[in-house]
Amino acid sequence: MHHKVVVVGGNRIPFAKAGGPYAQASNHDMLTAALDGLVARTGLSGSRVGEVAGGAVLKHPNDFNLTREAVLSSALSPLTPACDLQQACATGLETTMYIANKIALGQLDSGIAAGVDSASDAPITVSDPLRRILLEASRARSAKQRIAAFAKIRPSHLAPLAPRVAEPRTGLSMGEHQALTTTRWGITREAQDELAAASHHRLAEAWDRGFFDDLVTPYLRVAKDALLRPDTSVERLAALKPAFGGPDGTMTAGNSTALSDGAAATLLATEEWAAEHHLTPWARIVDAEVAAVDHPAGEDLLLAPVGATGRLLARQGLTVDDIDLFEIHEAFASTVLATLEAWQDEDYCRDLGLDGAIGTLDRARLNVAGSSLAVGHPFAATGARIVPTLAKLLHERGPGSRGLISVCAAGGQGVVAILEAV
Amino acid sequence: MGALEKAFYSPVGRKVAAKAGLAEPPRLRRGREFPRGPIVLAPLGPSTLVEETLALVGRAFDAPVVDAGEDAPGYGDRIGALIVDATDVAAVAELEGLRAVLRPAVRGVERAGRIVVMARPGGVGGGWEADAVARALDGINRTVAKELRGGATSTLIYAHEGVTPADLVSTLGFVLQGRSAFVDGQAWHVRPAATPEAPLAERPLEGKVCVVTGAARGIGAAIARTLARDGAVIVAVDIPMAGEGLAAVANEIGGTALQLDITADDAGARIAAHVAARGERIHAMVHNAGITRDKMLVNTDAGRWGSVVDVNLAAQMRINAVLLDPATEGGLADDGRIIGVASTSGLAGNKGQTNYAASKAGVAGLVIAMAPDLAERGITVNAVAPGFIETDMTAKIPFVQREVFRRSNSLSQGGSPVDVAETIGYLVDPASQGVTGQVVRVCGQNLVGA
Repeated sequence: MHHKVVVVGGNRIPFAKAGGPYAQASNHDMLTAALDGLVARTGLSGSRVGEVAGGAVLKHPNDFNLTREAVLSSALSPLTPACDLQQACATGLETTMYIANKIALGQLDSGIAAGVDSASDAPITVSDPLRRILLEASRARSAKQRIAAFAKIRPSHLAPLAPRVAEPRTGLSMGEHQALTTTRWGITREAQDELAAASHHRLAEAWDRGFFDDLVTPYLRVAKDALLRPDTSVERLAALKPAFGGPDGTMTAGNSTALSDGAAATLLATEEWAAEHHLTPWARIVDAEVAAVDHPAGEDLLLAPVGATGRLLARQGLTVDDIDLFEIHEAFASTVLATLEAWQDEDYCRDLGLDGAIGTLDRARLNVAGSSLAVGHPFAATGARIVPTLAKLLHERGPGSRGLISVCAAGGQGVVAILEAV
Repeated sequence: MGALEKAFYSPVGRKVAAKAGLAEPPRLRRGREFPRGPIVLAPLGPSTLVEETLALVGRAFDAPVVDAGEDAPGYGDRIGALIVDATDVAAVAELEGLRAVLRPAVRGVERAGRIVVMARPGGVGGGWEADAVARALDGINRTVAKELRGGATSTLIYAHEGVTPADLVSTLGFVLQGRSAFVDGQAWHVRPAATPEAPLAERPLEGKVCVVTGAARGIGAAIARTLARDGAVIVAVDIPMAGEGLAAVANEIGGTALQLDITADDAGARIAAHVAARGERIHAMVHNAGITRDKMLVNTDAGRWGSVVDVNLAAQMRINAVLLDPATEGGLADDGRIIGVASTSGLAGNKGQTNYAASKAGVAGLVIAMAPDLAERGITVNAVAPGFIETDMTAKIPFVQREVFRRSNSLSQGGSPVDVAETIGYLVDPASQGVTGQVVRVCGQNLVGA
């Protein structure tokens, strides 16, 4: 990279369960709130930022310019351009890399990467036949033609369609895919519940020490992540019934992420821009890697980040031991556990084209301030939540501390990035 | 709004209320507006102190009508303000001179006009009679304030020996302008401070960093907006829970939002670090954040007691200690300002508010104690004491009780948050260097605590 890209701040609204306190809020509302909180924290009201990149996974057709519209609703200068990106659950990390790469190339001196999702306000569409009939009717040149078009409508066409939760090529939902992975890698129920409990406890601890005072701005009277259960325990989680993998399944509502609503944003800049704006750089963006697996052919849908991690570490000449903190997105507890198993599996890693096993991770360095199981996972927002969280954690540890982010995504994809404290 | 309140404010209700003596309260003049009518200056001796100060304020003046025995002398058109230079008055017999200029003016002053008396303070070795006269002026000022109508106010300024017009310009400007709308019947002191001579400034805080706690709403938000209007760069502080409102205020005024609990051990350090990151020091620290946990003393447990005293008093002492350490990067600058927010409830006592009164009277005691110790560094320490101010908090008081509270002062209305904010703006003005250790009530001359 030509220019050093630094993370100088972040903001998100507390995340909440779908259908909860943000049920009436749109993606536009939440993204605007996340941007406004960031602008207030960094004193950028009325300022023109180089570019804002945002996105949502569940998107209404009229939100074709979601991020730009949110910028216009925010306190940023209306001269701030914006674009929408989409990379499933990795959207927030992909927007980060989009902005970071532009800054590195000298195309921008500052930018905001963001993501938002509302599972409450999911777009509901009409069936394909009905859509075709309506379009035909709108093209009709006479009343007769119009009536003829409408006459083709059948009752079965009228059922509204919610967004598909299944992978188009396998017909399996993400949970069903992950249940296969869980079994294949022999991930136990106990290990999953332990990871879920640790996520809640670590998030609660971070809230208690005021860690999120400069990372979160309350929204609609919600001041803390609403899914957080500080008093949960392995025992309580053990009582839950399986949600995926049949009656003997090990994946429950407690060790799988809930459908959530929320938005997050992070401010990236050159060091010079940060200094001019009196902002303290937390960490620099070192590098990133994207990967995919052939899940239609039977590979593990959510383990694509493993290959990305191996290639990225190799390119940077780093090993697991050179990384101080790891942020592995908790799509499911078993996703994280299977990822760690895969990292230390010599054959699996060689099959990915790596020189050998990636390594074994000491869990004390993993998701130290909690992750998606406790925070929630508004799909596109998660990456933009993790980037400033990790950047601040690294900054607290001191210059040179390194962190790695691993986010799995639908379509058998994954994005991995490395940050280093400055 | 309840049914009773709606009826009261309906056209019929207003007429009935007017007949019952509850007339529509006078409209106050606010902001940097001077009185519309002419300013009349009445020097009661050879002193030219007020005349020179008025020149810096940038206002011309007329000669006074003096009551010399004819029947009811008066001004033709209404006057905007009468300023009495009583700095030469030291004998009881000379008080007659005051009566002679006040009598025509009390009747002749316009709505929301001003009576201002500038005099020497007592207790500075002038002798028994001089001290008696100084106090007599206070009695006159309080009474004139009560007799004035239509939103006009009266203020007494004790100008200490050696003060220059430059030391006085911000004070006289504030008192004459609408910024002092809800300050009535009050007296405070201005001491010599070698203030550089400059005309009354429009934006006295240009580029200066001012930290305001409790800035998410109500009086704190008004303080942030007002200081920003005067040019300040605002660091808006409030508890993380209030972050949404805080962000809106910060963005509106182009400041920064700092979410933090002021009772945290590292609160002072975090404020300083935030300012240091911007490469600045703090010009003014405004301790506005406060809470109430009202209960009669018989029901006040240690928890209710402790939280109020900690948030309202102890927290600001801890923050001050950090910011006043010259070694603290991003701490308070020399010639800086510290503002406490007391309360008329604290000064007068209020049923059900022992904890609150303790904390708010404590703030008054604190600024008086700190002022002389920080004078050497040019740091001034003052407090405002709001009376009944129309906020979300006071809107929750039941209607009848609220109507009684808001009318229990010489201006027959509640104050606006901006009135408190403007008074703070005056106190943090760099030109107010000679004003320190003062507690200025912003209460419309409330019947209690005034």
